[in-house]
Amino acid sequence: MRERAGDQQGGPGTLTDDLTPPEAVRDDLPDEPLAELAARYQLRPSAARPGVFAYAGQLWARRHFIIGFATARNVAMYTEARLGQLWQVLTPLLNAAVYYLIFGIILDTSRGIPHFLDFLITGIFVFNFTQRAFITTSRVIPDSLPLIRALPFPRGCLPIGYVLIELEQLAMSMVVLTVIVLATGEPLTWYWLLAIPALLIQAVFNIGMGLFLARLGAGADDFSQLMPFLVRTWMYCSGVMYSISTVSFDRKHPTVGFLLQVNPAAVFIDLVRDAILATQRDGWPGSKPYNAALCKLYDLNGAHLENSAYCHGTVTMNELWLLGAGWAIVAIVVGYVFFWQAETKYGRG
Amino acid sequence: MAVADSSGPTVVVDDLHVVYRVYGAGGDKGTAATALMRVMKRQRRPSVREVHAIRGVSFVVNHGDAIGIIGRNGSGKSTLLQAVAGLLPPEQGCVYTSGQAALLGVNAALLDDLTGERNVVLGCLAMGMSPQQVKDRYQSIVDFSGVGNFIDYPMRTYSTGMAQRLRFSIASAKSHEILMIDEALATGDANFRAKSHEKIMELRGEAGTVFLVAHNLAEIEASCNRVIWLEKGKIMMQGYDVPAVVDAYLEATGGEPRKRDKVEDHHSA
Repeated sequence: MRERAGDQQGGPGTLTDDLTPPEAVRDDLPDEPLAELAARYQLRPSAARPGVFAYAGQLWARRHFIIGFATARNVAMYTEARLGQLWQVLTPLLNAAVYYLIFGIILDTSRGIPHFLDFLITGIFVFNFTQRAFITTSRVIPDSLPLIRALPFPRGCLPIGYVLIELEQLAMSMVVLTVIVLATGEPLTWYWLLAIPALLIQAVFNIGMGLFLARLGAGADDFSQLMPFLVRTWMYCSGVMYSISTVSFDRKHPTVGFLLQVNPAAVFIDLVRDAILATQRDGWPGSKPYNAALCKLYDLNGAHLENSAYCHGTVTMNELWLLGAGWAIVAIVVGYVFFWQAETKYGRG
Repeated sequence: MAVADSSGPTVVVDDLHVVYRVYGAGGDKGTAATALMRVMKRQRRPSVREVHAIRGVSFVVNHGDAIGIIGRNGSGKSTLLQAVAGLLPPEQGCVYTSGQAALLGVNAALLDDLTGERNVVLGCLAMGMSPQQVKDRYQSIVDFSGVGNFIDYPMRTYSTGMAQRLRFSIASAKSHEILMIDEALATGDANFRAKSHEKIMELRGEAGTVFLVAHNLAEIEASCNRVIWLEKGKIMMQGYDVPAVVDAYLEATGGEPRKRDKVEDHHSA
């Protein structure tokens, strides 16, 4: 394709010379229609797309490639840095430090949230998983064009691989989080194990959305330029650095508050917070009216008398688990089908 | 992979038309202001152009054929191969193949930042080999590529020739029914050309099919038993008499006539 750039310049051996090819060369072709010939020898169209279930089988058959791709990319990410793989730990630490400085100390958004540092860092790390997965998968097809044009393999491997890279980074962040949380005096309990299924559900959600975004990002570049802004707006809506229940519009505009609470990012963040932070768990035991009286004490004429964790969401914990699973299933089904539909077109560039 | 008999066709191209879009093909001054004006006037981006690269090509390829594709720059050779490999969907018509075709293009690296070793492993896994198969064949792939100690270095540090050798080795590690080489041997040295020539012959012997795009006509004459001459996305001439088609091509495009006695020396060296 790049050869064409030279056409305008003319010169010897370019298309400006007038050579007229004949309408069709048929001297070697058999008499029967070619489609019938192909069918007789069981040849298949080369640009054909596998069936929707067969495609899943192909992806499964390439699982070693997906894992190898993710690991290799992860290693390569820091080869140019002097500190190397240490950045896997430093990046989440610095992230946590920056947000704590701005939202914890300068803006003081803690508003009575107990163990605000833990609350904040859990939210950041969990959201960061989805954020990074969204931004990287929206660029995965343009980034991998040489690979796509060189080797035939189901293209779905690429976005899935990118999400696995972020999952590996998340595991690193979770180690950092564990250290911080224990250091600030949260008790180590069996509840912590609940974080594992919560994060796995989130990973499924991210893979589904990653497939969806990979197809959107495969066309025009405008989309991946816009992506960071969309994700950042989403972050500010998802109660990463504040508690959705303590914001006044939760009581004045219950519908808006409800929508914020059931958005997938907030669901996953709340699930993990509930698993790891005892203060969150204690404040969010049941349904709506439970701590209403204590919550009222929280925002008394602007003075924060009580623990704001008593102002829990209008959605119960059980509903949060169902919501999380629901979001993941919707994302994986829609994303998978949407990506699969364009399977043969990703090499076009 | 069930094929009725080994004399049947492996690739059938039936009245193929390929149209692709090119982004950033000149146009306005490229400033934010001109872009805004364009959006306001609801114009299409002038920099997006449609190229009708292949205009009705039909041919049938049989087991054991090695097809050379010649033609001037921009005549649609690479596009044709991409369409046969299923990487560019046809606008009209169809390409039928007996199996997945492997295309070796001009882009040298697979994953630039990774070492040659990682590229070998990932490339093989991507082609559907199991980890055990990769382990078994790893050494022979590295030996064939001849990149030596550079296998531990990131591929971005490779010379163009080295990267293409490694890619060729990876792609030929698995026996493909259809292998397509798009100028990928152009930067290899004499020793590597001889080795890859052998590999092509071996593939033909296994009743596989090879497509070879090359501007080096000696390469075509030495490796191929049939040649297709493309011009403006159509077949100008084709046939099993390779020297005759090559001579006609050279005459029409004003090239020097070929001196045949040198052909044998080139590859037996």
